[in-house]
Amino acid sequence: MNASTSAPKRKLKVATTSLAGCFGCHMSFLDIDERILDLIELIEFDRSPLTDIKHCSTDCDIGIIEGGVCNAENVHVLHEFRKNCKILIAIGACSINGGLPAQRNSLDIRDILAAVYAQPGRGVHIPNDPEIPLLLNEVHPLHEVVKIDYFLPGCPPSGDAIWKFLTDLLAGRTPSLGHGLIHFD
Amino acid sequence: MRTANSSGGGADEKGVIEGVLSRHGHDATRLMQILREVQEGLGWLSPSILTAIADGAKLPRARVEGVAGFYHFFHTEPLGRYRVLWSDNITDRMQGNADLMARMCKKLWLKAGNVSEDGLVSVDTTSCTGMCDQGPAILVNYRPITRMTPERVDKVVDLIRRQVPLAEWPAEFFLVEDNIRRKDALLSHDLAPGDALRALKSPQDVLEAVKASGLRGRGGAGFSTGQKWEFCRNAPGTGSSPAHYVVCNADEGEPGTFKDRVLLSSCADLVFEGMTIAGYVIGAKKGLVYLRGEYRYLMEPLNEVLQRRRAANLLGKSVLGQIGFDFDIEIHMGAGAYICGEETALLESLEGKRGVPRKRPPFPVTSGFLGQPTAVNNVETLAAAALIAAKGAAWYKTLGTAKSTGTKVLSISGDCARPGVYEYPYGVTVAQVLADCGARDTQACQIAGASGLCIAPAEFGRRIAFEDIPTGGSFMIFDNSRDMFEVARNFAHFFVHESCGFCTPCRVGTTLLKNGMDKIHEGHGGEYDINDIWRIIRTLKTASHCGLGQTAGNCVADTLQKFRPSYELRLNVHEFEPAFDLDKALSKMREVTGRDDPGAHFHIAHRKSKSGIGTKAGDEA
Amino acid sequence: MSNGQDTKSFFLDDEEIPFEEGQTIIQAALTAGKYIPHLCYHPEFKPHGSCKLCTVRIDSRTITTEDGQTVKIPGRAAASCTTPAQAEQHVESNTPELLDLRRTLVQMLLVEGNHFCPSCEKSGKCMLQGLAYDLGVMSPHFPQYFSKREVDATHPDVLLDFNRCILCELCVRASAEVDKKNVFSLSGRGNTKHLICNSESGKLGDTNLAATDKAANVCPVGVILHKRHGFEVPYGQRRFDTAPISDNPVQYAPVKEQV
Repeated sequence: MNASTSAPKRKLKVATTSLAGCFGCHMSFLDIDERILDLIELIEFDRSPLTDIKHCSTDCDIGIIEGGVCNAENVHVLHEFRKNCKILIAIGACSINGGLPAQRNSLDIRDILAAVYAQPGRGVHIPNDPEIPLLLNEVHPLHEVVKIDYFLPGCPPSGDAIWKFLTDLLAGRTPSLGHGLIHFD
Repeated sequence: MRTANSSGGGADEKGVIEGVLSRHGHDATRLMQILREVQEGLGWLSPSILTAIADGAKLPRARVEGVAGFYHFFHTEPLGRYRVLWSDNITDRMQGNADLMARMCKKLWLKAGNVSEDGLVSVDTTSCTGMCDQGPAILVNYRPITRMTPERVDKVVDLIRRQVPLAEWPAEFFLVEDNIRRKDALLSHDLAPGDALRALKSPQDVLEAVKASGLRGRGGAGFSTGQKWEFCRNAPGTGSSPAHYVVCNADEGEPGTFKDRVLLSSCADLVFEGMTIAGYVIGAKKGLVYLRGEYRYLMEPLNEVLQRRRAANLLGKSVLGQIGFDFDIEIHMGAGAYICGEETALLESLEGKRGVPRKRPPFPVTSGFLGQPTAVNNVETLAAAALIAAKGAAWYKTLGTAKSTGTKVLSISGDCARPGVYEYPYGVTVAQVLADCGARDTQACQIAGASGLCIAPAEFGRRIAFEDIPTGGSFMIFDNSRDMFEVARNFAHFFVHESCGFCTPCRVGTTLLKNGMDKIHEGHGGEYDINDIWRIIRTLKTASHCGLGQTAGNCVADTLQKFRPSYELRLNVHEFEPAFDLDKALSKMREVTGRDDPGAHFHIAHRKSKSGIGTKAGDEA
Repeated sequence: MSNGQDTKSFFLDDEEIPFEEGQTIIQAALTAGKYIPHLCYHPEFKPHGSCKLCTVRIDSRTITTEDGQTVKIPGRAAASCTTPAQAEQHVESNTPELLDLRRTLVQMLLVEGNHFCPSCEKSGKCMLQGLAYDLGVMSPHFPQYFSKREVDATHPDVLLDFNRCILCELCVRASAEVDKKNVFSLSGRGNTKHLICNSESGKLGDTNLAATDKAANVCPVGVILHKRHGFEVPYGQRRFDTAPISDNPVQYAPVKEQV
C-alpha cells in the first residue's frame, strides 16, 4: 500500500449477503437514503444482492452478513466470505444469536419436517433433491462457525445505526453506537 | 424393598411417610433426613410423596421439591431398584472405571444414565466417592463397593439380575480398608475414650490451650481454631431459643480425599471427644456431624460409638458427672453435594434447605445453625483439638512448623505403590511424601483436590504447610504416562456437576469452561479457545460467590501454564504470520543465481485474507 | 472529609458517598445518585447477591517497588449489593476490568437462556437488555446453549416463558416475602437450576398466584408476563428507547420498608 498520505484513497470493496435472514437488514441498509451517495464515494459493492455478483472477489475488504446459519449452503457462503473478506461484520439479530429462525431449535428438525411434509393419507415425503441444501440440526449464529470481527445488533439495526457503524469503520475508528442506536430488536 | 416404580399413594406409602415425619417431629429443619429416609423406604420421591412431605412438615411444596431437586442422591424420577453409581474421579478413571462401567452397561443392556426398561436398575457416574486408594469404586444404593474388576462387575450384574437383596450380597464386596500407611501424633494416639475429657480444666483454660497450640483448620482454609471458638463463645445466642452449636464438617467431597472417612472409622471417639470439648468451650449443648451421603455406610457404626459414649457418660446430661456440662451429638446425612463442604452451604443443608452458600457477613460463629453462634470444624481439626486438650499445647507445638503446628493427615492416591492415608508433621516436602508412598516417574501432583494446586517436578521441594502448600488432605499423583490435559478436563466436568448454580459466573462459567475443554479434547480447539478459557477463568475467580467458583478454574490455569504441550498437541489452528517477508528473504540469492523458477519463491508469503476459525482448505465455493 | 459527625462516607471511583450504618455499597451509591449495574438487586428487597453484575473492587493499593516502579495491587472483588459500606473504604466500579467482567456476565446470561428480543413482549423494558445496551454488549460472544425450556400458559392471566429466566429469584423472594404465597421456588442445581411452581402438577395454573401479586410484577426480564398485554408501547417510546438504564440512578435507591 502506498505510504503517501496525499494519494487518493482506493475504494473499499464491500460484499454483503443474507443467510438465514429475511433481507430486513438489507432493507434497513437502504434506509440510509441519500447518504448512500456519500457511501458510494468510499466503497464499491462486490458480491451482494445489490449487484447480483454471485461470488466474492478474492480481495474484498468488508463482508456484511445478515442471518444465521441454518443449512449447508449457508456454511459454504459464510466460509467464502471469511476467506475473501478482511473484516467480517455480523448484522442483525439472526446473525448474532440465530434470531427468529433459531427458535426452531427447541424442536427436533425431524419432527418439524414430518409435520410440515405430512400429506393426508399419503405419509410423509420430505424433499430429498440434491439441489436442495440440507438443513442443520440447529440454527447457529455466525460467530459459532467463523471468526466475526464486528457485530451490529438490531432487528433490523436502523439506517442511522448502520450509517454510524459504517462511517466509523470507514474512517478507521472502532465502531461505537451508544444509546439509542444499539438495539436488540 | 419395594419396586421403584410404584408411585401410587397407597396406605403403605402414607404409613412410611407418616412414620418418618413423626420420628422427626414434623420438623421442617430436618427435611434432608426426612427425604432420605422416605426415599430409603419408598425407592424414590414421586410428586405425590413430595406433596405429602410438604403437608406434613408444613412447608411450601415447591420448597420441598427444590430441596429434593438440589441433591444428587435424591430422586424425583424412578431410578431403579438398584442404582449403581460409578465414582468418576480422575483416579477412578486411571484405574479403568470407564471400561468397567461399559462392561456393566453392556451386560445389563443399558445405556449409562438410563434406567432399564423393566425399572430394575440404573447405571450412572457420580463425583469422587472417597475410595481413591481402593478404586475403581461404585455405590450400589449408596453402599460402597471398592476394587472393581471385570469379575466383580460380572458378579454384581448377576446379583442385580437375580434381584438378590443388597443385604445378602457377599460381605467382602463392601469391605472398605483404612490403608493407614504412616502414623504420627494423631493416628498413633494412645488415648482411651474419655481421657481428653477427664483432662479438661475450665473452658477458658482449654480455649487458651487450643489458641496457644496454634491449631488451624484442617479443611484447607486454615483459620485459627482457638480464635473461631473464642468468637463463637463470645457471641450471644439470640431469639426464642438461644443456643450455641458445634458442627463437625464430615462432608469430605474434595476429589481425592478420604482421610476423614479413615478418621471416622478408626478414631471416631477422638473426633467425638473433640466435638464435646468444643461444646464445653463455646457453651454448646448440641453437636451435629454432617456426614456426606457417600459415607452413609458409616452411620450405623458411628451411632454405635455415640451410644457407647452415652452409656459411659461421655455424652448426655452432666458429662463425666460435671453438673451443667450437657452435650450430645447427632449425625446428619448429606445427599451428594460437594458444595455442602462449604461451611455456610453445609449449615443451609443442616437446616433442611438447598445447599447454597450464604452471604457473609454474618459469619457462622455469630449466626450459624438456626441463626445461632456455631463453630464449624473439620473432622481432623476436632480430633487434633482433643489431642491438644489431653496432652497440652506445648507438646503439640513441638510438631510441625512455626506457622503450621501439628500434623496433617494426607489422602494419597494415583500413581504410587502404596496409596492410602499418611500422617506427617507439617513441613514435609512433596518429594518426601512421593518417596514414602512409592511414586515413580512422577509428572505432577494435584494437591488439595480439584480446586487445589497442580505442581510439576521442579516444585517437589515445596512443603505441605499453610505457609507453602495448604491442603485439606487430597494428594493425587500422576506419573509420566498420564495426560495432564485429561486431568484438568475431568476436574472441569466435576465442577459443572457440583456448582450450586446460585451465581452467574459459576453456574455458566463452569459449563463454558467444560465446553471449551471438550472442544479442545475433540481436536477442534485453537488459540481463540484458549483465550476464551482464560477469560472464563478470570471471571470465575473474580466474581464467584464462594470458593467453589473462585477455584473452579485453578486446575485448568495450572495445567495451561505448567503442562502446556498437553493442550497444544490438541490444537488444530496454528495461525502465525512470519515476522519478516519470507519471499523477500530469498531476493539476494535470486539475484546472484538469476533464478526465478517456482522453487525460488515462497508462495505462502502473502495471504489474501485472514482465515477464520473453522475455515478449512477446499471450502471455496 | 466527612460531611458531618454523624454521616460516614466512603469513596466510589474517587467520589465521596455518604452512607447510613447498615447500608450496602450499592444502596448508598444509588441513593447518592451513582449508578452501579445490577440485575438481581431490587430497591424493595433485601439484597441477594447472585447475578454478580454489581461486582466492585474494594481497597486496591498502589505500591512502589524497590526499583521505583508503581504497581497497582487490585483490591478484593465483591458484590456491592451485599457488601456493607464502610467508612473511608475506596471502591472502584467504573474501571475497564470491571466493565469487561460485567460484559462477560451479561454474555453468560445471554447464552444460557434463549433471549430472542425481537419476539419478546418485554423488549424495550427488559433489565438484561437495558444493561447490555449500557455496557455496549454487541454479541453474546460464547456459543449459545439453545437449552430446551418450556412455556407455561395454564394460568388464566399470567404466562411463564422459562426461556428467558436469569434465575435472579426476585419472583421467589416477592412471593415468599410480600405475597406470603410461595408460588415460586428453585429446583435443580448448577446448570440444571430452574424455576418451579408450587403445585404437584408443576403448573402455574394450579397455584394461587394472582396477576396483582408482587411476584407477578417483579420479573426484570420476559418470564412472567401478563396475558393480553403484549407490545402495548410502540417501538421508540419504550423505557430503554428513551433513556439508558443508568439514567437517574436514584430510581433504584432502596425504599424504606425493605422486606
